[in-house]
Amino acid sequence: MDAVRTHGHAHHDDHAHHPGGIMRWVMTTNHKDIGTMYLWFSFAMLLVGGTMAFVIRAELFQPGLQIVTPEFFNQMTTLHGLIMVFGAIMPAFVGFANWQIPMMIGAPDMAFPRMNNWSFWLLPPAALLLIISLFVPGGGPAAGWTMYVPLATQMGPGMDFSIFAVHLLGMSSIMGSINIITTILNLRAPGMTLMKMPMFCWTWLITAYLLIAVMPVLAGAVTMILTDRHFGTAFFNAAGGGDPVLYQHIFWFFGHPEVYIIAIPAFGVISQVIPAFSRKPLFGYTSMVYATASIAILSFIVWAHHMYTVGMPVTGQLYFMYATMLIAVPTGVKVFNWVATMWKGSLTFETPMLFAIGFLFLFTLGGFSGLVLSLAAVDVQVHDTYYVVAHFHYVMVAGALFSAFAGVYFWLPKWTGRMYDETLGKWHFWLTIIFFNVTFFVQHFLGLAGMPRRVPDYALQFTEFNVISSIGAFGFGVSQLLLPYIVIKAIRSGEKAPQRPWEGADTLEWTHLPSPPPYHSFQTPPVVK
Amino acid sequence: MRHTLLATWAGSVLLAGFSGLASAAYELNMQAPASKVAQDVYDLHVLMMWIIVVIFVGVFAVMFYSVFAHRKSKGHQAAQFHENATVELVWTIIPLIILILMAWPATKVLLSLRDTSNPDLTIKVTGYQWKWGYDYLRGEGEGIRFVSALATPRDQIQGTAPKGENYLLEVDNPVVVPVDKKIRILTTGNDVIHSWWVPALGIKQDAIPGFVRDTWFKADRLGTFRGQCTELCGKDHGFMPVVVEVVSADKYSAWVGEQKKKMAAQADDPNKTWTLEESKARGAKVYAANCVACHQANGQGVKGAFPALDGSKVMNGPKDGLINVVLNGKPGTAMAAFGKQLSDTELAAVITHARNSWGNKTGEAIQPAEVRSQRK
Ligand code: HEC
Ligand SMILES: [Cu+2]
Repeated sequence: MDAVRTHGHAHHDDHAHHPGGIMRWVMTTNHKDIGTMYLWFSFAMLLVGGTMAFVIRAELFQPGLQIVTPEFFNQMTTLHGLIMVFGAIMPAFVGFANWQIPMMIGAPDMAFPRMNNWSFWLLPPAALLLIISLFVPGGGPAAGWTMYVPLATQMGPGMDFSIFAVHLLGMSSIMGSINIITTILNLRAPGMTLMKMPMFCWTWLITAYLLIAVMPVLAGAVTMILTDRHFGTAFFNAAGGGDPVLYQHIFWFFGHPEVYIIAIPAFGVISQVIPAFSRKPLFGYTSMVYATASIAILSFIVWAHHMYTVGMPVTGQLYFMYATMLIAVPTGVKVFNWVATMWKGSLTFETPMLFAIGFLFLFTLGGFSGLVLSLAAVDVQVHDTYYVVAHFHYVMVAGALFSAFAGVYFWLPKWTGRMYDETLGKWHFWLTIIFFNVTFFVQHFLGLAGMPRRVPDYALQFTEFNVISSIGAFGFGVSQLLLPYIVIKAIRSGEKAPQRPWEGADTLEWTHLPSPPPYHSFQTPPVVK
Repeated sequence: MRHTLLATWAGSVLLAGFSGLASAAYELNMQAPASKVAQDVYDLHVLMMWIIVVIFVGVFAVMFYSVFAHRKSKGHQAAQFHENATVELVWTIIPLIILILMAWPATKVLLSLRDTSNPDLTIKVTGYQWKWGYDYLRGEGEGIRFVSALATPRDQIQGTAPKGENYLLEVDNPVVVPVDKKIRILTTGNDVIHSWWVPALGIKQDAIPGFVRDTWFKADRLGTFRGQCTELCGKDHGFMPVVVEVVSADKYSAWVGEQKKKMAAQADDPNKTWTLEESKARGAKVYAANCVACHQANGQGVKGAFPALDGSKVMNGPKDGLINVVLNGKPGTAMAAFGKQLSDTELAAVITHARNSWGNKTGEAIQPAEVRSQRK
């Protein structure tokens, strides 16, 4: 291995000129620094959004209004959604992309380092706008993260803050995507054809295209709200010839691909972790690539399954139902391939693998409830109830978040050159998966039995499951504090990590780069056979 | 050691769970259907769950077998096979076939859910922030209209009184319909989007301002069925329940007769001239039913969201501007056009009440005729 290692790194590293202290982070154009900032930012947002979830679950612990007013409750559900989706989950995977893509394809850095810096630094102002909105007259946005009109038109200035925040986040995502696409298409090491790329890079290539396609659509939709609010247009106002449902079509044309923007990079991480700990190549690499691409394409033509109750023509409902059911096919292919990868492997269960298996198990459950929801007649019953809340937390939390945790534990030794504490990692996994299910599994029952979502109070027959769910949520939240503890402990006093701590890991960052890797990953591209 | 601890803990949680399941509150499935469509939806869901259970067991039996048998710690050597087009094809095609089989019953149920033709009775439902309006448009009871709002007292919500059996699911005026008759529901919204949902009847339909949508149900048993608004519609979204009372044909006719009489008794003479005291008293009721949710009983509003009417310039200013605000609302804000919901008499009364309550003292009664002259 060492013979292949690109020469001259240590030497180059010494005169990597960058300012010290805080300015190092403000000015940095280095993909690793930026990746690190994305990941810490995402974690900070996870805590902010998590605190809001605490407020929500505390209010719902018992029937009646105890802690907050209904207005504030609505602000919490809205901001919880916006912050978790745009602040926590999406940046986490961009963080992975930044760290991993150059190392996995044998590049020195991202293609546009300065734009990379700018994409990151748009995020903190956007997050601040969202948080500050809570303190303006009328409070934060309270129309749900979907910002449906005309409710969104009624909101106070807090809504304008969120609209502007969404603009900034969208710009950041688009620039990040341009960077990722260019890096992947142009900076691959000689011999690394597209079909030899690690699966993680493939998933990001596809995701970046999705982002470029739909973020402008979201920006357009919220801008139309903005002009409806302030400049006398009536895009979504029936009294002026507009249509409130038009907003929903535009929003979900963004919103459904968005679900896959979050899920597909998560698939990518899992597709690296499972083979590594099974010590066996990914079973169907080619079909995984095709399945991912088909999911991405299908994601553009199923949006109105979020709108089965708006009263579209029945033929429209039928079309969206069939198209949605179809997505189960490529998704199934992915799950079967992961299971087949584990089959007859030589499995070990370090923390990344535990989170990957947790992902596989729970994401599949989320897929199943998705299949139930795809049936329009059933969806009409459970739409906008806790069943849907349970469903999307299975795909977002157990899907994306578990995958992000798997990724952090998997690559931490590479990034920091230190091993994390395996026992604590396992604790983190078991607490997380148990409390996750305590919190969200019972919500399926609540939804089926008739509890609407986004309500601060509920009828008495829903009490028991809400108590359980709230207890689970507190446990889940507190367990997450283990993560920074484990990471910081590893950085401070972890054992030194070898170049390749995971026996089955075989991508370039493990085979060619020391742990931690040099500041500029590959000065001379490695040759891939 | 750690394992036993974890096991004991998990065991006790499970035990608590199962002993709890015996009680009715741990409802695990949809509510007992009260119409054929609801029953079909219920059965479709159950069928779906069985298919899912089979797939689930199939996939995860393989995975967990692998987790137990193919461990490195047991000395299992990794096989290196990968890429097999036949296998890929098989697990693409089999799910596809299962899906096609599932689509068939799903399509049938959906088609019947959406077939609103030939109703016996048509009722228009209007979503207001935060109550429902009902207009019986066609069929027996034509012409009946009323507003239906949450009946649960505030002190139960605030926790200062014990909560009643139908906490949050009770209204002052339930919708009454005859059993075994096809009821077509037209939905629309007055301000923002709401959604009219009665789980036991199997229907949910968004109520969208500026548009009319429809759905239907035919209750096949007597009873009171409760639901809620399911589209986030602002502050009191959680507090606008739907209650449908399904009664026998005879009882329904009796109810219709009663309502007609009540409406006739309540009808106001639009040309009557009201004294300040009369108008204020009437207005207090209208205010309590229509304005308190936002402007509050003390007229102070909610800071930052709903302005105070106590001391408001508009409230104490020229009549015309004020009548205009209440009649036509303020577009783009939560202040709705009350001209559509309230009669001239009610509007005049509520304005009189507000202009002469709290610190407001204009000392004059607004007359219905003044409101009428401002209607376009
Ligand atoms: C859904 C909440 C809501 C309800 C119910 C409501 N209002 Fe309002 N009202 C508002 C809002 C919001 C405004 C401020 C509009 C604006 O931004 O100009 C307002 C403004 C007003 C104003 C103008 C006050 C001023 O100082 O500018 C009057 C008068 C008024 N409402 C009267 C009423 C009356 C009378 C009722 C009952 C029939 C009522 N409102 C019911 C939300 C409501
Ligand atoms: Cu509503």
